[in-house]
Amino acid sequence: MKLQSITTGLLLGALSLSSAGTITVKGSDTMVILAQRWAEAYMADHTGVTIQVTGGGSGVGISALINGATDICNASRPMKASERESLKSRYSSLGVEIKSAKDGLSVYLNDQNSLEGLTMAQLKDIYTGKIKNWKEVGGSDAKIVVYGRENSSGTYVFFRDNVLKGEDYVSSMQSLPGTAAVVNAVAKDPLGIGFGGAAYGKGIKFAKINGIAPSAETVKNGTYPLTRYLYMYLRSRPTGEMKQYIDWILSPAGQEIVTKVGYFPVR
Amino acid sequence: MTRSKGLVGRLVVGFTGACAFLSVAAVVWIMATIIWGGHTHLTWAFISQVPSEGMTEGGVFPAIVGTFFLVVIMSLVGVPVGTITAIYLSEYVGRQSKMAQVIRFAVNTLAGIPAIVFGLFGLGFFVQFSGNSLDKIFYHGALHWAQPNILWASLTMALLTLPVVIVSVEEAIKTVPQDLREASLALGATRWQTIRKVVLPGSMGGILTGAILAVSRGAGEVAPILFTGAAYFLPQLPHRFTDQFMELGYHVFIMTTQSTDVEKTLPIQYATTLVLLLLTFTLNFSAIALRARIRRRRVAA
Amino acid sequence: MPKKRTEKKTFRLGEFLIERCIQGVALISLLFICLIFVFVFREAFPLFTGQAKEPVAQADVGASETYGEEPGAALTVDHPELEQKQEPFKARHLLAKEWQPVSLNPKYGLLPLLWGSLKVTLVALLLAGPIGIFAALYTSSFAPRWAREGMKPVIEILAGFPSVVIGFFALVILASLLQRFFGFQYRLNAFTGGLAMAFAVIPIIYTVSEDALAAIPKTLTEASLALGATKWETALFVVLPAATPGIFAAVLLGFGRAFGETMIVLMATGNAAILTASLTDPVRTLSATIGAEMAEVVFGDIHYRVLFFIGALLFIISFGLNAIAEFFVRNRLMKRFKGI
Repeated sequence: MKLQSITTGLLLGALSLSSAGTITVKGSDTMVILAQRWAEAYMADHTGVTIQVTGGGSGVGISALINGATDICNASRPMKASERESLKSRYSSLGVEIKSAKDGLSVYLNDQNSLEGLTMAQLKDIYTGKIKNWKEVGGSDAKIVVYGRENSSGTYVFFRDNVLKGEDYVSSMQSLPGTAAVVNAVAKDPLGIGFGGAAYGKGIKFAKINGIAPSAETVKNGTYPLTRYLYMYLRSRPTGEMKQYIDWILSPAGQEIVTKVGYFPVR
Repeated sequence: MTRSKGLVGRLVVGFTGACAFLSVAAVVWIMATIIWGGHTHLTWAFISQVPSEGMTEGGVFPAIVGTFFLVVIMSLVGVPVGTITAIYLSEYVGRQSKMAQVIRFAVNTLAGIPAIVFGLFGLGFFVQFSGNSLDKIFYHGALHWAQPNILWASLTMALLTLPVVIVSVEEAIKTVPQDLREASLALGATRWQTIRKVVLPGSMGGILTGAILAVSRGAGEVAPILFTGAAYFLPQLPHRFTDQFMELGYHVFIMTTQSTDVEKTLPIQYATTLVLLLLTFTLNFSAIALRARIRRRRVAA
Repeated sequence: MPKKRTEKKTFRLGEFLIERCIQGVALISLLFICLIFVFVFREAFPLFTGQAKEPVAQADVGASETYGEEPGAALTVDHPELEQKQEPFKARHLLAKEWQPVSLNPKYGLLPLLWGSLKVTLVALLLAGPIGIFAALYTSSFAPRWAREGMKPVIEILAGFPSVVIGFFALVILASLLQRFFGFQYRLNAFTGGLAMAFAVIPIIYTVSEDALAAIPKTLTEASLALGATKWETALFVVLPAATPGIFAAVLLGFGRAFGETMIVLMATGNAAILTASLTDPVRTLSATIGAEMAEVVFGDIHYRVLFFIGALLFIISFGLNAIAEFFVRNRLMKRFKGI
C-alpha cells in the first residue's frame, strides 16, 4: 500500500486498489494462462498474498496501468511511445519494463498440409494477399484459407509489424477472437494457415520459418525469426511485496512455470 | 376436384406441420447434443471446484457464483422497478392514455435494443460517466468505480431485463378480477391501499414469473457484460461491488475461443455449456409452469 | 366532495405522493431509452465535429526503465512496434470499403460490416421466416389440441437458449457438419452464422405471428367455412392474409434481433471484413465488430468512437424497426378489424 505513494506521490489511484497483500495483474490474453499459473504457484507458497489476474488484452492492460486500475500490466508487445507519454504525464514516470518470458510466435498448418515451412517473404505475401494459392509456395493446387487473431490482440500487431512490415492484412483473413479459436480452425481446415502463441499450439503442426522450427533453443538464441518478449510493466520500481513477487517470477522457480506453460525462459 | 383439393389440403397441413416440427427438432437437437457432450464431465466436482492448471482442469464454481451474484443484484434493482412500472401502466393510467402509450413504446423499444448496445451503454454511462462522477465526488478522482465491475454489469443487465419483468407483471395484474378492485374501493380503501392489499397479493405469481424469466435472460446474455465487468479468470470470488467476476456464459465463450488446448478442454466446454443450459432451462420451465397456473386461475375467475 | 377532501387531506397527500413516486419509477424506462440514445451518441459525436482525438506527433519520450535483466545477458532482437500515422478523420471515411482499424493507416469503412450483417440477417430470415410463420399457422389453424399446447413451451425454451450456447453449438457442431455436407470452402461463413441465427429468430417470428393469427376474429374464419371453403383454404387465403400486418411486424422484429445479435456471429461467421456476393464466404458483422474490438481500444480515440458510432447505428435501426412494427401491429391490425 505504501510503496507507490512514496515514489510518485501522485498515486491516490493506486491507494484504494492495492490494499495490503493484493496485487492486481491485467493485460495480454496470451499471458493470462502464464500469469494465472504464476499466481497459483506463488499464492500456494505465500499465504496472505492475493494476486488477481485478469486478461483483456495488452492494450487494456496498459490503459489500466495508466489509469491506475492495475499494479502490473502484462503485455505481449512493448509499450508504445504514446502510451509511455500518457503514463509520464500522469505519474511522471516512464514505467518499468520487465522482460518476463520469451515467446516463439508460431505459424500453424493443418496436419495434412504437405508443406513443412515457409519463408518470411512467403508468409508476408500470404498474409497481405499477394499469394492466394498453396501451389505458389510449393504446396498443392488449392486456395489458402487465412486465419488470424482479432485486431485487438498484441499478437496481431506484432505480426503486422514484424512479418507484414507494417502493411495491412488481406481483408479476407478470418479474425478469430482467441488463439484457441485459430488453432481449432486450422486443425479442422486442411487448407488453413494461422498464427498465434506457441503455448496454444496443440493438435496442429508448426511451420518452419526460414527453415527454422520454433524450439527452446532457436527461440532462446533468437534464430527463430518470430521471437518476442512477453513483458510486464509497472508504474515504478518494485518494492516490498511486489518486488518479492517479481523476483520470484524471474527466479528459476518462476521461469520453470514459463517452460511448463509452453513459453521460453528469459534466462 | 375434391380429390386434388384434399391432396393440396394434406400438403398444406403437412408442410406447415413440418415447419412446426422443425422448430421442435431444433430444440431437441441442440439440447441433446449438449447433454450428450457434457453429461459425463458434469460431476459435483466440476460444479464445486475452481478452474486449475491454466483452466484446462477443474470446475466452474467461481463462474456459477459470479452468475448468481450478477442475477441477484440485477433482480434487486430490476424487479421492483419493473413491478412498479407495470402497476403504473395497469392501475394508474388508462390503456389508451398518451402516457401509457409512450411508456409502453419505450418498454418495447428497450426490449428490441441489441444486447451489445446495452454493453456499450453500460461502458459509456455506468463505467465511464457514473464511475468517474462517483470517483470525483468521493475519492478525489482516484480510480475506484470508473472501471468494469459487478455492480455496473448487474445494472446494465437489469436494464436489459426490465421489459421482461414489466410484461410478466402486467399480465398477472390483469388476472386480478376487476370486481375485487371495485369492492375494495367501494369499502373506502384508497387506490394505493387497493393496490397494496388486493392487486399486489393477487399478482405475486406474475412478479415471480417475471423475476425468473429476467434471471434466465440475465444469466444467458454475454454481450452486455463483455466490457462492463466479466473477467477471464479470478482467483477470488467477488466480495465487493467494485470487484470483477467470472460468469458462465462468458466462460463458455472464452473456453471455446481462448483456452490453451481446444481438444483437451472440449469436455469442459460442453459441461460448462450444459450447466448454463440447464440453469436457463430450469428457470424458463418453472416460469412457464407458474404462468400456466396463473392463466388457469384467470380462466377460472 | 370538497368537505371530504379537507377531512382526509393528509391522507390524500400521502396518496398523491405515492402516485408521483410510482409515476416517477414508471418513467425510468423512458428515461433510460433517452440516456442510451444520449450516451451512445455522445461518444460517437466528436467524429463528426472534427474533434476526435488525433495522435499527437511524438517526440521520443525515452525508454522505460528496465528491471531484473541480467547484466551482460545477450539480448536478442527486439522488435520495435511501428507507430501509426493517421490522417485527420472525415465522416466520409466511414463509407470506405475497407475495415482496417488497427493499421498504420487505419481505415474505418463500415460498408463491409454492414454488408456482412445484412448477409447473415438475410440467411436467418429466409430460414426462420417461413418456418416461424408456417409453424404458427399450423398451431393456430390445423394442430390438434395437444400439439398446440405443447408447442408454446417448446418455443419458449428455444427463445430461452442463451445466444452463447447457440454460438457454441454452431462453432463446434454445425460448422463442421455444414462444411462436410455442402462442401463449403470456408468452415465459418455467413450461411453457417445465418443458420445458427435462425435458431434465435424462430421464436420471435413464431410468437408474434401466432399472436397475429390468433387475433383474427372467429367470425371471419366461420364465414369462410360457411361459404364452403375448406379448413386449409380458410387458413391460407383468409386467415393468413388477414394477419399480414402482424406477420410483417414479426419479420421486422426478427430482422432486428438477427441484425443486433452479437455472440452467435462473433463465434460462427469467421469475422472477415470483405465485400463479396457469396453467402458462403466469411463475413464480419457490425455487432461482432463491437464485441471483438471494444475491449482493447484506447478510450476516446477514433477507433473507440467509430465503434460507438456502430452502436448508435444498431440503436437507430432497432428503434426504427420497433417503431414500424408497433405501427403495423397496433394501427393497421386494429383498423382492419374495426373496418370489418
